[in-house]
Amino acid sequence: MSVESPAHAAAHGAVGHEPSQPHGNGHGLVAHQFEDAPQQREAALLGMWSFLATEVLFFGGLITAYVVYRWKAPVQVAVASHHLNVALGCINTCVLLVSSFLVALAVAEAHRGNARKVVQLLIGTIVLGVAFLGIKAVEWTADYHEGLIPFAANWQIPSHDLEILAQRGIDADQFGLYKLFWVLYFFMTGLHGIHVLVGLGVFAVVAALVWQRRRSKNFANLVEVTGLYWHFVDIVWVFLYPLLYLIDRHGPGH
Amino acid sequence: MSDHPHTHPAGPASGGFAPVPPALSQTRRAPINYLNAAYSVRSWLLTLDHKRIGLLYLIGVTFFFFVGGVAATVLRLELMTPGGDVLHSPDAYNRLFTMHGVIMIFFFLVPAIPGVLGNFLLPLMIGARDLAFPRLNLLSWYIYMFGGTAALILLIFGGIDTGWTFYAPFSTTFSNTMVLPAGIAVFITGFSSILTGLNFIVTTHTMRAPGMTWGRLPLFVWAHYATSLIMILGTPVLAIAVLLIGLERLFGIGIFDPALGGDPILFQHLFWFYSHPAVYIMLLPGMAVVNEIVPCFTRRPIFGYKFMAGALLAIAVLGFLVWGHHMFVSGQSMYAGLIFSFLTFFVAVPSAVKVFNWCATMYKGSVRFETPMLYALGFIGLFTIGGVTGLMLGSLGIDVHLHDTYFVVAHFHYIMVGGSIMAFLGGIHFWWPKISGRMYPELWGKLGALVIFVGFNLTFFPQFLLGYLGMPRRYYEYPGEFQVLNVMSTAGASILAVGYIIPLIYFIDSLRKPANAGRNPWRATGLEWQTASPPPTENFAVAPVVTTPPYNYDPAEAEQTPWNPFQPEQEPVHVG
Ligand code: HEM
Ligand SMILES: [Cu+2]
Repeated sequence: MSVESPAHAAAHGAVGHEPSQPHGNGHGLVAHQFEDAPQQREAALLGMWSFLATEVLFFGGLITAYVVYRWKAPVQVAVASHHLNVALGCINTCVLLVSSFLVALAVAEAHRGNARKVVQLLIGTIVLGVAFLGIKAVEWTADYHEGLIPFAANWQIPSHDLEILAQRGIDADQFGLYKLFWVLYFFMTGLHGIHVLVGLGVFAVVAALVWQRRRSKNFANLVEVTGLYWHFVDIVWVFLYPLLYLIDRHGPGH
Repeated sequence: MSDHPHTHPAGPASGGFAPVPPALSQTRRAPINYLNAAYSVRSWLLTLDHKRIGLLYLIGVTFFFFVGGVAATVLRLELMTPGGDVLHSPDAYNRLFTMHGVIMIFFFLVPAIPGVLGNFLLPLMIGARDLAFPRLNLLSWYIYMFGGTAALILLIFGGIDTGWTFYAPFSTTFSNTMVLPAGIAVFITGFSSILTGLNFIVTTHTMRAPGMTWGRLPLFVWAHYATSLIMILGTPVLAIAVLLIGLERLFGIGIFDPALGGDPILFQHLFWFYSHPAVYIMLLPGMAVVNEIVPCFTRRPIFGYKFMAGALLAIAVLGFLVWGHHMFVSGQSMYAGLIFSFLTFFVAVPSAVKVFNWCATMYKGSVRFETPMLYALGFIGLFTIGGVTGLMLGSLGIDVHLHDTYFVVAHFHYIMVGGSIMAFLGGIHFWWPKISGRMYPELWGKLGALVIFVGFNLTFFPQFLLGYLGMPRRYYEYPGEFQVLNVMSTAGASILAVGYIIPLIYFIDSLRKPANAGRNPWRATGLEWQTASPPPTENFAVAPVVTTPPYNYDPAEAEQTPWNPFQPEQEPVHVG
């Protein structure tokens, strides 16, 4: 393919695409590799979308494993799942959904350049995120006291559940799959919790940066990109909640 | 760099010198380029320049290649005789082939072409100053080096005996080796791949120079784009599979171990859902290189550009649908087997399109047989053999006989070594003048290519026969009647080893010579050839504007213009 090389462009009197300033674009808000702000914005957004695609497959692998066992051992999974606190799970779902709403508002305000509002909304999000983790911690502690954490020393299948499993015709050598539910439950909610925690840290930094740049108003991309991440964290929970909590709620086994 | 938006560009005028006319400045000192812009170790280890990061990768993958190669050499020595004469224990043999496989796949072949040539060339080819996220790019190299070093230490001092496939429940319950830490190392290294893929995708979408439409992208870029899709969509599934292995190992929970209620087939599904597409992570970048070399050395536009680009994407997508062909005899259902067998034939179609179109490009062209072209031709031939034997394995009935025999070993080595490594070497030769500003010695180059081709075929062709005759893979002893073919294979491996050392020596040696290759010794089209060799830090003195289709070679022009790529410092020739 041919290019208007410097000499060439001169020879033909063609106006080459003017060399932008030596280290880029001459306006300090844009990193040197980009031509202009829209390009930088597009790159940042697409970068986050690509990252989220990776994350989808990451959780997707895990959810696939879970679904395989849900299908392979429906009784064990259902019996174990009955210990989960649907009310707290529901409240947590609401908490995350509202936090996502605040983030959406923050993005809108960020595009208007309203730093104060953005910071307020982000702080609201952080508070809700902490609340989410707090409620999760309450649930996990209750599980611990019931001896339902497979990684803990006091792990034991509750005798009540043993009876139900036996009643429903599950052989003792298949009880491992009951334990497996708890492994996957803690693994999936734990991994999700780590994502929430990361999100909180990120938002703390973003809020500080927004405040710092309140005069230059150069923060819309930042808020938008991190906002995408938070929506993703939210959506993952929207899948985890029914998959883990809302199983066989009308079935036998209470 | 972004911290100093007002400093002047690196160039003859910087540093307080008065501007010197270009001709004069060249005789006095080399123009400032990405190599001589700064010399400190720090300027390398903290560089954000995609070209320097490419070279960092080159050092990394070369190192791991030779470590993996040493392991392979010992394996082949062991297999020279039917008894266990070299390693004395099957355990040692298991550890060694695991080390070989893990290093060659995760730490050499997956990062090799994308990390080195992709990093170096992608921004140049699309007319950008850098990748979209230079910091992530550097981070990916550090992650890679960290994961690789950790894995190497584990493999040497503890050892793993599961094979690179980590099949459960052996890996989770029975193996007493360093499976968990090695799994973590592989997990971490995966992020390097993901970051590279992400960076390439965003760069291709957003950083193209004016006029560089999707229909004008070099196929090298298309191929890296397709590779990147696999990297970001496949790697996380491997990550999760490895994490689950770790969980099961740590807590004795039956995720995969059937004795504990788990499902071993699930591991294979998760593993191959990544690892079949991953074979295309290793192959597509090889195709990327060949796509550039073939038109240049036939002086003709590539045949069927749109089909070539489409085939690359089709391979990436279809590659996700065939993983079950690794599990025909593992206990997946018969219907799954039938469907996966059928889909496997499908994925061969776009691969064949590539081969036919390369041949059509060469047909009636005036082919030049310099070293890069020799490697490209090697790729096409050997990849074809590897692909056709893949189809044999993909047909259900035949695979029952051939599964887990040396036939499979030969199949994937024809593709990974005969294909991808050939392409990697071809690419390094082709772009060496761009990377280093110097030509390699052509006579030695041809000799090396020949030795590698002969050594490769002598090593791996006998393995097709061995597998067909029933020799299983991953055994360190074998019945005496297999010895002749095994000795041939070991002999070939020694030749191959010599073949790989030849280029290593002459590339290093070429660095002593003056950098006078000129900006475009092959008179190739493509933006990377329009800038200086080695390119300046910011890649282009004037931001390029693209006005013509890719591979705009003119066969008639080729007849008239003399072809002398090795003549130092030609005037930049304007092609097309
Ligand atoms: C033309 C398309 C291809 C087809 C139809 C194909 C088919 C197959 C089949 C059916 C197997 C399973 C054999 C068995 O275990 O019984 C296999 C194994 C394998 N193939 Fe391919 N293949 C193709 C391309 C590739 C490529 C491009 C690569 C690498 C770059 C590759 C690398 C491998 C590896 C590494 C294995 C063995 C993995 C193991 O068991 O350790 N294949 N191939
Ligand atoms: Cu495969």
